[in-house]
Amino acid sequence: MSIFAEVPQAPPVAVFKLTADFREDTHAQKVNLGVGAYRTDDCLPWVLPVVKKVEKMIVEDNSLNHEYLPILGLPELRSAASKVALGDDSPAIKDGRVGAVQALGGTGALRIGAEFLRRWYNGTNNTATPVYVSAPTWENHNAVFSDAGFKDIRPYHYWDGAKKGLDVTGIMDDLENAPEHSIFVLHACAHNPTGTDPTPDEWKTIAEVMKRRKLFVFFDSAYQGFASGSLDKDAWAIRYFVSEGFELLCAQSFSKNFGLYNERVGNLTVVAQDKDNLARVLSQMEKIVRTTWSNPPSQGARIVAITLNNPDLFIEWKGNVKTMADRVLLMRDQLKAKLIALGTPGTWDHITQQIGMFSFTGLNPKQVQYMIKEKHVYLMASGRINMCGLTSKNIDYVAESIHETVSKVQ
Amino acid sequence: MALLKSSKIISTVWVHPPLGVRSIRASSWWSEVQMGPPDPILGVSEAYKRDTNPKKMNLGVGAYRDDQGKPYVLSCVRKAEAQIAAKKLDKEYLAIGGLGDFTKACAKLALGDNNEVIESGRNITVQTISGTGSLRIGANFLSRFHTEARDVYLPKPSWGNHTPIFRDAGMQLKAYTYYDPKTCGFDFQGALNDISKIPEKSVIMLHACAHNPTGVDPRPEQWKEIANLVKKRNLLVFFDMAYQGFASGDIDRDAWAVRYFIEQGHNIVLSQSFAKNMGLYGERVGGFTVVCKDAEEAKRVESQLKILIRPIYSNPPMNGARIAATILNTPDLYKEWLGEVHGMANRIITMRELLVANLKKEGSTQNWQHVIDQIGMFCFTGLKPEQVARLTKEFSVYMTKDGRISMAGVTSGNVGYLAQGIHAVTK
Repeated sequence: MSIFAEVPQAPPVAVFKLTADFREDTHAQKVNLGVGAYRTDDCLPWVLPVVKKVEKMIVEDNSLNHEYLPILGLPELRSAASKVALGDDSPAIKDGRVGAVQALGGTGALRIGAEFLRRWYNGTNNTATPVYVSAPTWENHNAVFSDAGFKDIRPYHYWDGAKKGLDVTGIMDDLENAPEHSIFVLHACAHNPTGTDPTPDEWKTIAEVMKRRKLFVFFDSAYQGFASGSLDKDAWAIRYFVSEGFELLCAQSFSKNFGLYNERVGNLTVVAQDKDNLARVLSQMEKIVRTTWSNPPSQGARIVAITLNNPDLFIEWKGNVKTMADRVLLMRDQLKAKLIALGTPGTWDHITQQIGMFSFTGLNPKQVQYMIKEKHVYLMASGRINMCGLTSKNIDYVAESIHETVSKVQ
Repeated sequence: MALLKSSKIISTVWVHPPLGVRSIRASSWWSEVQMGPPDPILGVSEAYKRDTNPKKMNLGVGAYRDDQGKPYVLSCVRKAEAQIAAKKLDKEYLAIGGLGDFTKACAKLALGDNNEVIESGRNITVQTISGTGSLRIGANFLSRFHTEARDVYLPKPSWGNHTPIFRDAGMQLKAYTYYDPKTCGFDFQGALNDISKIPEKSVIMLHACAHNPTGVDPRPEQWKEIANLVKKRNLLVFFDMAYQGFASGDIDRDAWAVRYFIEQGHNIVLSQSFAKNMGLYGERVGGFTVVCKDAEEAKRVESQLKILIRPIYSNPPMNGARIAATILNTPDLYKEWLGEVHGMANRIITMRELLVANLKKEGSTQNWQHVIDQIGMFCFTGLKPEQVARLTKEFSVYMTKDGRISMAGVTSGNVGYLAQGIHAVTK
């Protein structure tokens, strides 16, 4: 009798299943608005020009080898990445109280942070400490914290389906009522999946309550630069919280803003109260890394580090990022305009008010099914679409499909 | 100031005199965080770096060095990289289980061409973050699904990181006798005795070849008896193969034990690393294989591995896997690789012989035969902690305090100095 006889078949990860189904579909006009990767107007993946340039430099540099990186990662990446998040002139960095752990993508950064918090935050063994994730949130957040050992993962109000915007009252209530020392996962910008971010004033109120109620801030920053086109603007919330004196963790991903999806480049930035606390925190994170992956992969880290630390390449990178952000903004404008021109029932302001790669269209599960089955337009059951999947060639078809769906299916 | 060092996380705040934009801060969240001890193995390299003695030797971490003491980027790796660069591939996410071209070739390398397991589709092989990542995925999987037994039996001694990996995954660690300090060899009877007492269904960890840290491997006839006993005890076999090709210089010879166990009907789990045998250390290339009853079971196991992997790092890094796949799947490059692995293994074997010859020349009367009998990157010298400490302090020779040296750090240029040092602390 096999020891694995009882292993049940697990359901596939939804977003990857969507792409698999899309690939099998033979319909000529099929559109994939599922997984979150950037596409050009020809609907092709885009390797950033600056990345191509730096990769060539790396391949041609015979002085480079494939030796192990330190456990915490490439130092040049860690420091440059934290600077990108916190700003060149960050007082916290000047105070020497900012450190980082290079991680495998944003996921890896979240997981190391979660494992650390479960062991060391608020005394030891925090399996019972509540972790709050937004409703809705990136579907992997739950599993990251749960597999890290947290037993009490709760939603905090976020998306107001009726008004298609932020449920500010709901957020505030949850913050006021959360047990002290609860951990809150905040999306730094370009909320996934809703594309709906708090305004600066709303962030200020959130920060004030979190400080008063001693709630822990864990930022997830997967879209810096990608949301508005400006690195500084997209990092405003993180920097505000740091300036307000919070000790926090910030999981950064360079998958989207560098287009380095499969090289798994991420960074967990740690802002501590002082050097001494920082050192102890990093030493414990090192132990966690050692039993998870020992040390992180070097290729992607080198590409990002070289780019961020070279003034010309840095400028070129920012230009590439703006190119991507601008195309997304254009698609938002055009989709909304077309829906309005078609007279599609409902309001569509949220398409342009939302920001980043994703839009929460407001389509319900039945409507989503119709879109997929009848129109061969693939989107998540939540109604989330990836704006990057829209192109000048398919946007009319998508707009018409939404129009038809919303008119026919309630 | 006392509040900064307070021994409890307190919920009161103290009020600063207003300092412009500085806001009120509570005491740190992290006051209770202890300083973690430095990693014993990687810590050796860091101490070595700080040493200013021009004759210093780093015999700590197991990374191959050429005879000039330099890191060695394999020629087949450089060629593969050039080929890959020319293809101008995109950077789209890999599947959670990794690059298909890599995982298929990875399984074939371990199990052999035309292996029945692969042909029947009853293995699932996923790409992992080198050997550590593979072991951790395996440990997590066993912890979640092998609920009938929580214990993992490691050989005594084993790689230092095995214990915390399994512990962090929620399993319990036990040990079976392995190394005989009297002979600096394999305690075969001791191992059999201990294994015969392991409770059924427990997990037993076996190093496929080039045991780390001792360099002591069972002989084929000893492996056969172990396999037999393990089957009698109904144990779940977890093979750690981090040195295929690197041990004897021969890919098939080094995988012999793995293949034998499978032939004998053990449905093993297997971790593979390409850090050493392809020199891809920092690219993090590895594989984790579960040999299942049949293809249907393999599908179920695969689905659960993905569920485990996704909340750790979503999907694995491309670069190293792509290089490894290119080498394994391109006949010319594969042939070149076999030659280079053979070359690395040979240099190590030569250094072993030179070290013993030099020790004799120094006038050592100790028995150093084990240095030659042991295999792979590491040598368990038999040095005691005090002797190791002296070797480090007086000769700037850096090694782990269990007496383990990485032969890869030995060159024809420094083997004489090493022999001097070892002789000095052991005479």
